[in-house]
Amino acid sequence: MSAETNLLDFARGPALEAALIILVFGIFWRLVGVLALPRTRDLSEPRVRHAWLGGVKTIFTRMWPRREFRPRILHWEAVSYIFHIGLAVVILGLVPHILLIRDITGLSWPGLPDGVITFAAGAALISLLALLAHRVTHPVLRQISNFDDYFSWLLVFTPLLTGLMAYYHLGGRYEDLLGLHMLSAELLLAWLPFSKLAHTVFFLFSRGVTGAVYSRRGARI
Amino acid sequence: MGELEETVLDAFRRGGLSRRAFLKFCAATASLLALPPAAATAMAETLARTPRPTVIYLSYQECTACLESMTRSFSPTIEHLIFNNISLAFNDTLQAAAGEAAEAARKEAMRQAWGKYILIVDGAVPMGAGGAYCVAAGQSAVDDLRHAAQGAAAIIAVGTCAAFGGIPYAAPNPTGAVPVSEVIRDRPVINVSGCPPIPEVMTGVVVYYLSFGMPALDHQGRPLAFYGNSIHDRCYRRPFYDEGRFAHTFDDEGARNGWCLYELGCKGPVTYNACATLKWNQGTSFPIQSGHGCLGCSEPDFWDKGGFYRPLSAATGHWPRGEVLGAAALGGVVVGAGMAALARSHQKTSAAKTAKEAGSPPPKEDPHER
Ligand code: SF4
Ligand code: SF4
Repeated sequence: MSAETNLLDFARGPALEAALIILVFGIFWRLVGVLALPRTRDLSEPRVRHAWLGGVKTIFTRMWPRREFRPRILHWEAVSYIFHIGLAVVILGLVPHILLIRDITGLSWPGLPDGVITFAAGAALISLLALLAHRVTHPVLRQISNFDDYFSWLLVFTPLLTGLMAYYHLGGRYEDLLGLHMLSAELLLAWLPFSKLAHTVFFLFSRGVTGAVYSRRGARI
Repeated sequence: MGELEETVLDAFRRGGLSRRAFLKFCAATASLLALPPAAATAMAETLARTPRPTVIYLSYQECTACLESMTRSFSPTIEHLIFNNISLAFNDTLQAAAGEAAEAARKEAMRQAWGKYILIVDGAVPMGAGGAYCVAAGQSAVDDLRHAAQGAAAIIAVGTCAAFGGIPYAAPNPTGAVPVSEVIRDRPVINVSGCPPIPEVMTGVVVYYLSFGMPALDHQGRPLAFYGNSIHDRCYRRPFYDEGRFAHTFDDEGARNGWCLYELGCKGPVTYNACATLKWNQGTSFPIQSGHGCLGCSEPDFWDKGGFYRPLSAATGHWPRGEVLGAAALGGVVVGAGMAALARSHQKTSAAKTAKEAGSPPPKEDPHER
Protein backbone atom coordinates (compact mmCIF):
# COMPACT_ATOMS: atom_id res chain seq x y z
CA MET A 1 0.00 0.00 0.00
CA SER A 2 2.30 2.73 1.17
CA ALA A 3 5.70 3.25 -0.33
CA GLU A 4 7.16 3.87 3.13
CA THR A 5 5.97 0.63 4.64
CA ASN A 6 7.10 -1.15 1.54
CA LEU A 7 10.58 0.25 1.96
CA LEU A 8 10.88 -1.48 5.32
CA ASP A 9 9.26 -4.65 3.99
CA PHE A 10 11.66 -4.65 1.08
CA ALA A 11 14.60 -4.13 3.44
CA ARG A 12 13.50 -6.95 5.75
CA GLY A 13 12.61 -9.26 2.88
CA PRO A 14 14.28 -9.60 -0.53
CA ALA A 15 16.99 -6.97 0.05
CA LEU A 16 18.22 -8.69 3.19
CA GLU A 17 18.26 -12.07 1.51
CA ALA A 18 20.15 -10.73 -1.52
CA ALA A 19 22.68 -8.86 0.63
CA LEU A 20 23.44 -11.95 2.70
CA ILE A 21 23.84 -14.14 -0.36
CA ILE A 22 26.23 -11.62 -1.96
CA LEU A 23 28.16 -11.26 1.30
CA VAL A 24 28.71 -14.98 1.80
CA PHE A 25 29.36 -15.67 -1.87
CA GLY A 26 31.76 -12.73 -2.13
CA ILE A 27 33.76 -13.58 0.97
CA PHE A 28 34.32 -17.17 -0.10
CA TRP A 29 35.12 -16.14 -3.64
CA ARG A 30 37.72 -13.60 -2.56
CA LEU A 31 39.17 -15.76 0.18
CA VAL A 32 39.53 -18.93 -1.90
CA GLY A 33 40.59 -16.89 -4.91
CA VAL A 34 43.46 -15.33 -2.99
CA LEU A 35 44.48 -18.39 -0.99
CA ALA A 36 44.59 -20.60 -4.08
CA LEU A 37 46.73 -18.20 -6.10
CA PRO A 38 50.12 -19.54 -7.15
CA ARG A 39 52.93 -18.50 -4.84
CA THR A 40 56.62 -19.14 -5.27
CA ARG A 41 58.13 -21.40 -2.71
CA ASP A 42 60.56 -19.83 -0.25
CA LEU A 43 63.83 -21.69 -0.85
CA SER A 44 65.74 -20.10 2.00
CA GLU A 45 66.60 -22.06 5.11
CA PRO A 46 63.79 -21.53 7.66
CA ARG A 47 65.21 -19.53 10.57
CA VAL A 48 62.59 -20.68 13.02
CA ARG A 49 60.91 -24.03 13.55
CA HIS A 50 57.32 -22.94 13.59
CA ALA A 51 56.92 -19.96 11.31
CA TRP A 52 53.14 -20.02 11.67
CA LEU A 53 53.56 -19.01 15.31
CA GLY A 54 55.10 -15.81 13.99
CA GLY A 55 51.95 -15.41 11.91
CA VAL A 56 49.72 -15.68 14.95
CA LYS A 57 51.95 -13.29 16.85
CA THR A 58 51.77 -10.71 14.05
CA ILE A 59 47.97 -10.71 14.18
CA PHE A 60 48.34 -9.25 17.65
CA THR A 61 51.53 -7.18 17.38
CA ARG A 62 50.10 -5.26 14.45
CA MET A 63 47.27 -4.08 16.66
CA TRP A 64 49.44 -1.29 18.01
CA PRO A 65 52.01 0.84 16.17
CA ARG A 66 55.71 0.20 16.60
CA ARG A 67 57.57 2.54 18.88
CA GLU A 68 59.22 4.42 16.00
CA PHE A 69 55.89 5.44 14.53
CA ARG A 70 54.04 6.20 17.71
CA PRO A 71 54.68 9.93 18.06
CA ARG A 72 53.32 10.51 14.59
CA ILE A 73 50.29 8.23 14.44
CA LEU A 74 49.35 7.16 17.92
CA HIS A 75 46.48 9.64 18.26
CA TRP A 76 44.98 8.55 14.95
CA GLU A 77 45.39 4.96 15.98
CA ALA A 78 43.42 5.78 19.11
CA VAL A 79 40.66 7.46 17.09
CA SER A 80 40.51 4.44 14.84
CA TYR A 81 40.18 2.23 17.90
CA ILE A 82 37.34 4.33 19.26
CA PHE A 83 35.59 3.94 15.93
CA HIS A 84 36.11 0.18 15.69
CA ILE A 85 35.13 -0.54 19.28
CA GLY A 86 32.14 1.79 19.09
CA LEU A 87 30.95 0.10 15.93
CA ALA A 88 31.41 -3.36 17.41
CA VAL A 89 29.44 -2.39 20.53
CA VAL A 90 26.60 -1.05 18.39
CA ILE A 91 26.50 -4.01 16.03
CA LEU A 92 26.85 -6.72 18.66
CA GLY A 93 25.20 -5.03 21.64
CA LEU A 94 21.91 -3.65 20.34
CA VAL A 95 19.12 -6.16 20.94
CA PRO A 96 17.38 -5.73 17.55
CA HIS A 97 20.75 -6.52 15.91
CA ILE A 98 21.23 -9.59 18.08
CA LEU A 99 17.73 -10.74 17.16
CA LEU A 100 18.54 -10.38 13.48
CA ILE A 101 21.77 -12.35 13.92
CA ARG A 102 19.87 -14.97 15.90
CA ASP A 103 17.30 -15.21 13.14
CA ILE A 104 20.00 -15.90 10.56
CA THR A 105 22.60 -17.90 12.48
CA GLY A 106 20.83 -19.18 15.57
CA LEU A 107 23.49 -17.54 17.77
CA SER A 108 22.44 -15.21 20.54
CA TRP A 109 23.86 -13.32 23.53
CA PRO A 110 22.61 -10.69 26.00
CA GLY A 111 22.22 -7.11 24.76
CA LEU A 112 23.23 -3.76 26.22
CA PRO A 113 21.04 -0.89 27.41
CA ASP A 114 20.36 1.93 24.98
CA GLY A 115 22.51 4.47 26.84
CA VAL A 116 25.62 2.41 26.17
CA ILE A 117 24.64 1.86 22.54
CA THR A 118 23.95 5.55 21.96
CA PHE A 119 27.27 6.51 23.50
CA ALA A 120 29.12 3.96 21.39
CA ALA A 121 27.28 5.00 18.22
CA GLY A 122 27.97 8.68 18.89
CA ALA A 123 31.65 7.98 19.53
CA ALA A 124 31.90 5.88 16.37
CA LEU A 125 30.17 8.56 14.32
CA ILE A 126 32.37 11.39 15.57
CA SER A 127 35.57 9.41 15.15
CA LEU A 128 34.49 8.43 11.66
CA LEU A 129 34.07 12.11 10.80
CA ALA A 130 37.46 12.89 12.29
CA LEU A 131 39.07 10.11 10.28
CA LEU A 132 37.51 11.43 7.09
CA ALA A 133 38.77 14.92 7.86
CA HIS A 134 42.22 13.45 8.44
CA ARG A 135 42.08 11.57 5.17
CA VAL A 136 41.19 14.59 3.06
CA THR A 137 43.59 16.99 4.79
CA HIS A 138 46.65 14.77 5.06
CA PRO A 139 48.61 15.22 1.79
CA VAL A 140 49.94 11.67 1.55
CA LEU A 141 46.79 9.97 2.75
CA ARG A 142 44.80 11.96 0.26
CA GLN A 143 47.09 10.86 -2.56
CA ILE A 144 46.65 7.19 -1.78
CA SER A 145 42.89 7.36 -1.23
CA ASN A 146 40.57 6.28 -3.98
CA PHE A 147 36.86 5.77 -4.59
CA ASP A 148 36.88 2.61 -2.49
CA ASP A 149 38.02 4.53 0.58
CA TYR A 150 35.37 7.22 0.32
CA PHE A 151 32.52 4.96 -0.72
CA SER A 152 33.32 2.47 2.03
CA TRP A 153 33.41 5.34 4.50
CA LEU A 154 29.97 6.45 3.32
CA LEU A 155 28.54 2.95 3.57
CA VAL A 156 29.68 2.67 7.19
CA PHE A 157 28.61 6.18 8.09
CA THR A 158 25.08 5.95 6.65
CA PRO A 159 23.80 2.97 8.68
CA LEU A 160 25.24 4.51 11.84
CA LEU A 161 23.54 7.82 11.17
CA THR A 162 20.19 6.39 10.02
CA GLY A 163 20.26 3.94 12.91
CA LEU A 164 20.62 6.75 15.44
CA MET A 165 17.99 8.80 13.64
CA ALA A 166 15.56 5.89 13.64
CA TYR A 167 16.18 5.16 17.28
CA TYR A 168 15.51 8.74 18.29
CA HIS A 169 12.77 9.37 15.70
CA LEU A 170 14.71 12.25 14.19
CA GLY A 171 13.91 13.59 10.76
CA GLY A 172 11.20 11.23 9.64
CA ARG A 173 8.79 8.48 10.47
CA TYR A 174 10.34 5.58 12.32
CA GLU A 175 9.47 2.97 9.69
CA ASP A 176 11.02 5.05 6.88
CA LEU A 177 14.22 5.63 8.84
CA LEU A 178 14.35 1.99 9.87
CA GLY A 179 13.87 0.94 6.24
CA LEU A 180 16.67 3.29 5.15
CA HIS A 181 18.86 2.07 7.97
CA MET A 182 18.39 -1.56 7.01
CA LEU A 183 18.86 -0.89 3.31
CA SER A 184 22.06 1.07 3.86
CA ALA A 185 23.40 -1.68 6.12
CA GLU A 186 22.51 -4.24 3.45
CA LEU A 187 24.37 -2.24 0.84
CA LEU A 188 27.34 -2.29 3.20
CA LEU A 189 27.13 -6.08 3.54
CA ALA A 190 26.97 -6.56 -0.22
CA TRP A 191 29.86 -4.15 -0.85
CA LEU A 192 32.05 -5.52 1.92
CA PRO A 193 33.71 -8.52 0.21
CA PHE A 194 34.71 -6.51 -2.87
CA SER A 195 36.18 -3.48 -1.15
CA LYS A 196 38.74 -2.47 1.44
CA LEU A 197 36.06 -3.27 3.99
CA ALA A 198 36.94 -6.90 3.36
CA HIS A 199 39.67 -6.34 5.95
CA THR A 200 36.94 -7.28 8.44
CA VAL A 201 37.69 -10.86 7.42
CA PHE A 202 40.97 -10.60 5.53
CA PHE A 203 43.05 -8.87 8.18
CA LEU A 204 43.56 -12.18 9.93
CA PHE A 205 44.91 -13.79 6.77
CA SER A 206 47.02 -10.90 5.53
CA ARG A 207 48.64 -10.35 8.90
CA GLY A 208 49.04 -14.05 9.51
CA VAL A 209 50.66 -14.75 6.15
CA THR A 210 52.95 -11.71 6.35
CA GLY A 211 53.98 -12.66 9.87
CA ALA A 212 54.64 -16.28 8.93
CA VAL A 213 56.72 -15.39 5.86
CA TYR A 214 58.87 -12.89 7.71
CA SER A 215 59.35 -14.96 10.78
CA ARG A 216 60.48 -17.86 8.58
CA ARG A 217 63.17 -15.55 7.24
CA GLY A 218 64.13 -14.53 10.72
CA ALA A 219 62.87 -10.95 10.50
CA ARG A 220 61.77 -9.30 13.69
CA ILE A 221 58.01 -8.83 13.57
CA MET B 1 -37.02 14.98 4.42
CA GLY B 2 -38.68 16.28 7.57
CA GLU B 3 -36.63 13.87 9.64
CA LEU B 4 -33.43 15.37 8.31
CA GLU B 5 -34.30 18.75 9.73
CA GLU B 6 -34.17 17.30 13.23
CA THR B 7 -30.82 18.23 14.79
CA VAL B 8 -28.43 15.91 16.57
CA LEU B 9 -29.34 17.54 19.91
CA ASP B 10 -33.07 17.11 19.22
CA ALA B 11 -32.45 13.47 18.53
CA PHE B 12 -30.46 13.14 21.75
CA ARG B 13 -33.35 14.59 23.70
CA ARG B 14 -35.86 12.44 21.89
CA GLY B 15 -33.75 9.46 22.93
CA GLY B 16 -34.40 10.41 26.56
CA LEU B 17 -30.97 11.97 27.18
CA SER B 18 -30.56 15.32 28.86
CA ARG B 19 -28.69 18.30 27.47
CA ARG B 20 -26.20 17.68 30.24
CA ALA B 21 -25.54 14.17 28.92
CA PHE B 22 -25.14 15.67 25.47
CA LEU B 23 -22.54 18.15 26.74
CA LYS B 24 -20.74 15.38 28.59
CA PHE B 25 -20.67 13.37 25.41
CA CYS B 26 -19.18 16.32 23.51
CA ALA B 27 -16.56 16.87 26.21
CA ALA B 28 -15.64 13.18 26.22
CA THR B 29 -15.31 13.14 22.44
CA ALA B 30 -13.27 16.35 22.40
CA SER B 31 -10.86 14.95 24.93
CA LEU B 32 -10.60 11.73 22.92
CA LEU B 33 -9.60 13.81 19.96
CA ALA B 34 -7.12 15.69 22.14
CA LEU B 35 -8.95 18.93 21.32
CA PRO B 36 -8.80 21.91 23.70
CA PRO B 37 -11.77 22.29 26.12
CA ALA B 38 -13.17 25.16 24.05
CA ALA B 39 -13.63 22.75 21.18
CA ALA B 40 -16.14 20.77 23.23
CA THR B 41 -18.35 23.86 23.43
CA ALA B 42 -17.92 24.50 19.71
CA MET B 43 -18.75 20.88 19.06
CA ALA B 44 -21.89 21.06 21.20
CA GLU B 45 -23.00 24.25 19.48
CA THR B 46 -22.46 22.83 16.03
CA LEU B 47 -24.12 19.51 16.79
CA ALA B 48 -27.09 21.33 18.33
CA ARG B 49 -27.63 22.99 14.93
CA THR B 50 -26.54 20.15 12.66
CA PRO B 51 -29.38 18.25 11.06
CA ARG B 52 -29.36 14.64 12.08
CA PRO B 53 -27.42 12.88 9.34
CA THR B 54 -28.14 9.64 7.62
CA VAL B 55 -25.62 6.87 7.89
CA ILE B 56 -25.49 4.07 5.37
CA TYR B 57 -23.32 1.22 6.62
CA LEU B 58 -22.27 -1.28 3.97
CA SER B 59 -20.39 -4.51 4.64
CA TYR B 60 -18.44 -6.46 2.06
CA GLN B 61 -15.62 -8.96 2.64
CA GLU B 62 -15.43 -8.72 6.41
CA CYS B 63 -15.88 -10.69 9.61
CA THR B 64 -18.28 -8.29 11.41
CA ALA B 65 -15.76 -7.64 14.19
CA CYS B 66 -15.69 -3.94 13.29
CA LEU B 67 -19.41 -3.71 13.90
CA GLU B 68 -19.04 -5.84 17.04
CA SER B 69 -16.42 -3.41 18.25
CA MET B 70 -18.48 -0.37 17.29
CA THR B 71 -21.55 -1.52 19.17
CA ARG B 72 -19.41 -1.74 22.30
CA SER B 73 -18.55 1.91 22.26
CA PHE B 74 -18.48 4.01 25.40
CA SER B 75 -21.39 5.72 27.08
CA PRO B 76 -23.47 7.30 25.61
CA THR B 77 -23.11 4.13 23.67
CA ILE B 78 -22.68 3.94 19.96
CA GLU B 79 -26.06 2.25 19.84
CA HIS B 80 -27.46 5.50 21.15
CA LEU B 81 -25.32 7.48 18.83
CA ILE B 82 -26.21 5.60 15.71
CA PHE B 83 -29.79 4.58 16.39
CA ASN B 84 -31.09 7.60 18.13
CA ASN B 85 -28.73 10.38 17.30
CA ILE B 86 -27.25 9.54 14.00
CA SER B 87 -29.75 7.90 11.81
CA LEU B 88 -28.41 4.54 10.81
CA ALA B 89 -30.59 4.14 7.79
CA PHE B 90 -29.08 0.92 6.62
CA ASN B 91 -27.00 -1.84 8.13
CA ASP B 92 -27.91 -5.33 7.06
CA THR B 93 -26.45 -6.98 10.16
CA LEU B 94 -28.21 -4.86 12.75
CA GLN B 95 -31.54 -4.30 11.12
CA ALA B 96 -34.45 -6.65 11.49
CA ALA B 97 -35.58 -6.39 7.89
CA ALA B 98 -34.09 -8.75 5.34
CA GLY B 99 -34.27 -9.47 1.64
CA GLU B 100 -36.27 -7.21 -0.63
CA ALA B 101 -37.70 -5.16 2.23
CA ALA B 102 -34.20 -4.29 3.42
CA GLU B 103 -33.03 -3.40 -0.07
CA ALA B 104 -36.07 -1.20 -0.57
CA ALA B 105 -35.40 0.53 2.77
CA ARG B 106 -31.84 1.21 1.78
CA LYS B 107 -32.74 2.59 -1.62
CA GLU B 108 -35.31 4.84 -0.05
CA ALA B 109 -32.90 6.10 2.63
CA MET B 110 -30.24 6.80 0.03
CA ARG B 111 -32.70 8.53 -2.26
CA GLN B 112 -33.95 10.77 0.54
CA ALA B 113 -30.48 11.79 1.72
CA TRP B 114 -28.73 11.66 -1.67
CA GLY B 115 -25.60 13.82 -1.55
CA LYS B 116 -25.74 14.18 2.24
CA TYR B 117 -25.35 10.81 3.89
CA ILE B 118 -22.26 9.42 5.60
CA LEU B 119 -21.20 6.20 3.99
CA ILE B 120 -19.45 3.77 6.30
CA VAL B 121 -17.90 0.76 4.62
CA ASP B 122 -16.38 -2.23 6.32
CA GLY B 123 -14.70 -5.07 4.48
CA ALA B 124 -12.57 -5.24 1.38
CA VAL B 125 -14.01 -5.16 -2.13
CA PRO B 126 -13.31 -8.20 -4.33
CA MET B 127 -12.52 -7.29 -7.92
CA GLY B 128 -11.72 -10.80 -9.18
CA ALA B 129 -14.11 -12.65 -11.51
CA GLY B 130 -15.93 -9.42 -12.30
CA GLY B 131 -16.74 -8.88 -8.63
CA ALA B 132 -18.58 -12.20 -8.37
CA TYR B 133 -17.04 -13.13 -5.00
CA CYS B 134 -19.32 -10.74 -3.14
CA VAL B 135 -22.78 -10.20 -4.55
CA ALA B 136 -25.92 -9.14 -2.71
CA ALA B 137 -29.34 -8.63 -4.26
CA GLY B 138 -27.83 -9.26 -7.69
CA GLN B 139 -25.29 -6.46 -7.41
CA SER B 140 -21.56 -6.89 -6.92
CA ALA B 141 -19.82 -5.14 -4.04
CA VAL B 142 -17.77 -2.98 -6.39
CA ASP B 143 -20.82 -1.72 -8.31
CA ASP B 144 -22.73 -1.25 -5.09
CA LEU B 145 -19.90 0.79 -3.57
CA ARG B 146 -19.44 2.95 -6.65
CA HIS B 147 -23.12 3.76 -6.68
CA ALA B 148 -23.39 4.43 -2.95
CA ALA B 149 -20.27 6.62 -3.00
CA GLN B 150 -21.84 8.94 -5.56
CA GLY B 151 -24.47 10.08 -3.08
CA ALA B 152 -22.21 10.24 -0.03
CA ALA B 153 -21.07 13.44 1.65
CA ALA B 154 -18.24 11.55 3.32
CA ILE B 155 -16.88 8.03 3.04
CA ILE B 156 -15.41 6.32 6.07
CA ALA B 157 -13.60 3.02 5.55
CA VAL B 158 -13.89 1.26 8.87
CA GLY B 159 -11.45 -1.50 9.73
CA THR B 160 -8.22 -2.58 8.10
CA CYS B 161 -10.03 -4.60 5.39
CA ALA B 162 -11.88 -1.54 4.10
CA ALA B 163 -8.94 0.79 4.70
CA PHE B 164 -6.05 -1.31 3.38
CA GLY B 165 -7.50 -4.60 2.13
CA GLY B 166 -6.78 -6.43 5.39
CA ILE B 167 -7.14 -10.18 5.54
CA PRO B 168 -8.97 -10.71 2.22
CA TYR B 169 -6.10 -8.76 0.60
CA ALA B 170 -3.44 -11.00 2.21
CA ALA B 171 -1.35 -13.11 -0.15
CA PRO B 172 -2.37 -14.81 -2.34
CA ASN B 173 -5.51 -12.65 -2.36
CA PRO B 174 -7.68 -15.18 -4.21
CA THR B 175 -10.62 -12.83 -4.72
CA GLY B 176 -8.62 -9.87 -5.97
CA ALA B 177 -9.69 -7.86 -2.93
CA VAL B 178 -8.87 -4.15 -2.78
CA PRO B 179 -9.42 -1.41 -0.20
CA VAL B 180 -12.20 1.14 -0.62
CA SER B 181 -9.71 3.82 -1.65
CA GLU B 182 -8.78 1.79 -4.72
CA VAL B 183 -12.37 1.75 -5.90
CA ILE B 184 -13.13 5.36 -4.96
CA ARG B 185 -10.14 7.23 -6.27
CA ASP B 186 -11.55 10.66 -7.02
CA ARG B 187 -12.15 11.79 -3.43
CA PRO B 188 -10.68 11.31 0.02
CA VAL B 189 -11.70 8.28 2.02
CA ILE B 190 -11.29 8.51 5.79
CA ASN B 191 -9.51 5.33 6.84
CA VAL B 192 -10.31 4.17 10.35
CA SER B 193 -8.04 1.16 10.39
CA GLY B 194 -7.63 -1.56 12.99
CA CYS B 195 -8.66 -5.16 13.21
CA PRO B 196 -11.05 -4.10 14.56
CA PRO B 197 -10.72 -0.34 15.14
CA ILE B 198 -11.16 0.99 18.65
CA PRO B 199 -14.88 1.81 19.07
CA GLU B 200 -14.20 5.27 20.49
CA VAL B 201 -12.10 6.06 17.45
CA MET B 202 -14.98 5.21 15.13
CA THR B 203 -17.42 7.31 17.16
CA GLY B 204 -14.91 10.11 17.51
CA VAL B 205 -14.31 10.29 13.77
CA VAL B 206 -18.05 10.45 12.98
CA VAL B 207 -18.65 13.14 15.61
CA TYR B 208 -15.62 15.11 14.47
CA TYR B 209 -16.86 15.02 10.90
CA LEU B 210 -20.31 16.23 11.94
CA SER B 211 -18.85 19.04 14.06
CA PHE B 212 -15.86 20.26 12.12
CA GLY B 213 -15.89 18.55 8.74
CA MET B 214 -13.03 16.57 7.29
CA PRO B 215 -10.40 15.70 9.91
CA ALA B 216 -6.67 16.04 9.23
CA LEU B 217 -5.42 12.75 7.81
CA ASP B 218 -2.03 11.09 7.74
CA HIS B 219 -0.39 9.79 4.56
CA GLN B 220 -2.48 6.63 4.83
CA GLY B 221 -5.73 8.55 5.05
CA ARG B 222 -6.13 8.00 8.80
CA PRO B 223 -7.27 10.76 11.17
CA LEU B 224 -4.15 12.14 12.80
CA ALA B 225 -5.94 12.68 16.08
CA PHE B 226 -6.01 8.92 16.61
CA TYR B 227 -3.25 7.64 14.38
CA GLY B 228 -0.64 10.32 14.94
CA ASN B 229 1.48 8.33 17.38
CA SER B 230 2.85 4.84 17.23
CA ILE B 231 1.95 2.29 19.87
CA HIS B 232 5.63 2.27 20.85
CA ASP B 233 5.63 6.08 21.33
CA ARG B 234 2.95 5.76 23.98
CA CYS B 235 3.65 2.30 25.33
CA TYR B 236 4.01 2.04 29.09
CA ARG B 237 6.63 -0.72 28.58
CA ARG B 238 8.84 1.71 26.68
CA PRO B 239 11.24 2.32 29.60
CA PHE B 240 12.09 -1.39 29.52
CA TYR B 241 12.78 -1.19 25.81
CA ASP B 242 15.15 1.70 26.44
CA GLU B 243 16.86 -0.15 29.26
CA GLY B 244 17.26 -3.24 27.10
CA ARG B 245 15.02 -5.41 29.29
CA PHE B 246 13.04 -7.84 27.19
CA ALA B 247 10.77 -10.79 27.78
CA HIS B 248 12.32 -13.75 25.93
CA THR B 249 9.30 -16.05 26.22
CA PHE B 250 5.70 -15.57 27.28
CA ASP B 251 6.27 -17.07 30.70
CA ASP B 252 9.75 -16.04 31.76
CA GLU B 253 10.79 -13.56 34.41
CA GLY B 254 10.70 -10.70 31.91
CA ALA B 255 7.15 -11.53 30.88
CA ARG B 256 6.06 -11.66 34.51
CA ASN B 257 7.76 -8.36 35.24
CA GLY B 258 6.07 -6.67 32.32
CA TRP B 259 9.21 -6.04 30.28
CA CYS B 260 9.20 -5.04 26.64
CA LEU B 261 7.74 -7.52 24.15
CA TYR B 262 9.92 -6.56 21.18
CA GLU B 263 11.72 -9.87 21.16
CA LEU B 264 8.39 -11.71 21.09
CA GLY B 265 7.45 -9.94 17.88
CA CYS B 266 5.79 -6.70 19.06
CA LYS B 267 5.14 -4.44 16.04
CA GLY B 268 4.37 -1.39 18.21
CA PRO B 269 7.28 0.65 16.82
CA VAL B 270 5.82 0.69 13.31
CA THR B 271 2.12 0.66 14.19
CA TYR B 272 0.06 3.83 14.40
CA ASN B 273 -3.06 3.51 16.51
CA ALA B 274 -4.52 4.79 19.77
CA CYS B 275 -4.50 1.49 21.73
CA ALA B 276 -1.78 2.59 24.16
CA THR B 277 -3.69 5.74 25.12
CA LEU B 278 -7.42 5.04 24.68
CA LYS B 279 -7.10 1.31 25.36
CA TRP B 280 -9.97 -1.12 24.90
CA ASN B 281 -13.18 -1.98 26.74
CA GLN B 282 -13.80 1.43 28.23
CA GLY B 283 -10.12 2.04 28.83
CA THR B 284 -9.57 -1.21 30.73
CA SER B 285 -6.50 -2.56 28.97
CA PHE B 286 -4.90 -3.17 25.59
CA PRO B 287 -3.06 -6.11 24.06
CA ILE B 288 0.42 -5.16 25.28
CA GLN B 289 -0.90 -4.58 28.78
CA SER B 290 -2.30 -8.09 28.80
CA GLY B 291 1.07 -9.49 27.81
CA HIS B 292 0.97 -9.88 24.04
CA GLY B 293 2.90 -7.88 21.48
CA CYS B 294 1.13 -5.58 19.04
CA LEU B 295 0.29 -7.36 15.78
CA GLY B 296 0.33 -4.13 13.80
CA CYS B 297 -3.35 -4.58 12.93
CA SER B 298 -3.92 -0.96 11.89
CA GLU B 299 -1.16 -1.04 9.27
CA PRO B 300 -1.36 -2.13 5.62
CA ASP B 301 -0.42 -5.75 4.94
CA PHE B 302 -0.04 -6.56 8.64
CA TRP B 303 -0.92 -10.14 7.79
CA ASP B 304 2.02 -10.57 5.42
CA LYS B 305 4.98 -9.26 7.37
CA GLY B 306 6.80 -12.46 8.13
CA GLY B 307 4.97 -13.55 11.27
CA PHE B 308 3.46 -12.08 14.41
CA TYR B 309 6.10 -13.60 16.67
CA ARG B 310 9.14 -12.59 14.64
CA PRO B 311 11.03 -9.60 15.99
CA LEU B 312 10.69 -6.48 13.92
CA SER B 313 14.38 -6.47 13.06
CA ALA B 314 14.38 -10.05 11.80
CA ALA B 315 13.99 -11.10 8.18
CA THR B 316 10.45 -11.44 6.88
CA GLY B 317 11.25 -14.05 4.27
CA HIS B 318 10.76 -17.71 5.09
CA TRP B 319 13.71 -19.01 3.13
CA PRO B 320 15.90 -21.88 4.36
CA ARG B 321 18.82 -19.82 5.75
CA GLY B 322 21.34 -22.66 6.08
CA GLU B 323 20.75 -24.11 2.63
CA VAL B 324 20.71 -20.80 0.78
CA LEU B 325 23.79 -19.34 2.49
CA GLY B 326 25.59 -22.70 2.27
CA ALA B 327 24.95 -22.74 -1.46
CA ALA B 328 26.23 -19.15 -1.71
CA ALA B 329 29.42 -20.17 0.12
CA LEU B 330 29.88 -23.16 -2.15
CA GLY B 331 29.34 -20.99 -5.20
CA GLY B 332 31.97 -18.58 -3.86
CA VAL B 333 34.46 -21.43 -3.33
CA VAL B 334 33.91 -22.72 -6.87
CA VAL B 335 34.26 -19.30 -8.48
CA GLY B 336 37.30 -18.45 -6.32
CA ALA B 337 39.04 -21.73 -7.16
CA GLY B 338 38.18 -21.28 -10.83
CA MET B 339 39.64 -17.77 -10.85
CA ALA B 340 42.81 -18.99 -9.15
CA ALA B 341 43.17 -21.83 -11.67
CA LEU B 342 42.71 -19.33 -14.46
CA ALA B 343 45.41 -17.13 -12.94
CA ARG B 344 47.77 -20.11 -12.75
CA SER B 345 47.26 -21.09 -16.37
CA HIS B 346 47.56 -17.49 -17.45
CA GLN B 347 50.81 -17.23 -15.56
CA LYS B 348 52.17 -20.32 -17.29
CA THR B 349 51.23 -19.21 -20.79
CA SER B 350 52.68 -15.77 -20.29
CA ALA B 351 55.88 -17.30 -18.86
CA ALA B 352 56.14 -19.57 -21.88
CA LYS B 353 55.54 -16.63 -24.19
CA THR B 354 58.21 -14.53 -22.53
CA ALA B 355 60.67 -17.40 -22.74
CA LYS B 356 59.92 -17.95 -26.42
CA GLU B 357 60.39 -14.29 -27.18
CA ALA B 358 63.73 -14.40 -25.38
CA GLY B 359 64.74 -17.39 -27.52
CA SER B 360 65.33 -19.75 -24.64
CA PRO B 361 63.47 -23.06 -24.31
CA PRO B 362 60.20 -22.78 -22.40
CA PRO B 363 60.64 -23.52 -18.72
CA LYS B 364 59.43 -26.80 -17.37
CA GLU B 365 56.97 -26.88 -14.51
CA ASP B 366 58.15 -24.39 -11.96
CA PRO B 367 59.53 -26.70 -9.28
CA HIS B 368 59.16 -23.96 -6.71
CA GLU B 369 55.53 -23.35 -7.22
CA ARG B 370 53.19 -24.70 -4.66
S1 SF4 C 1 6.10 -3.71 24.11
FE1 SF4 C 1 6.14 -3.13 21.93
S2 SF4 C 1 5.29 -1.07 21.83
FE2 SF4 C 1 5.83 -1.48 23.97
S3 SF4 C 1 7.91 -0.69 24.19
FE3 SF4 C 1 8.12 -2.83 23.67
S4 SF4 C 1 8.31 -2.84 21.42
FE4 SF4 C 1 7.50 -0.83 22.01
S1 SF4 D 1 -2.08 -3.22 20.02
FE1 SF4 D 1 -1.57 -3.33 17.84
S2 SF4 D 1 -2.47 -5.26 17.09
FE2 SF4 D 1 -3.38 -4.80 19.07
S3 SF4 D 1 -5.26 -3.75 18.55
FE3 SF4 D 1 -3.70 -2.17 18.89
S4 SF4 D 1 -2.81 -1.78 16.85
FE4 SF4 D 1 -3.97 -3.68 16.73
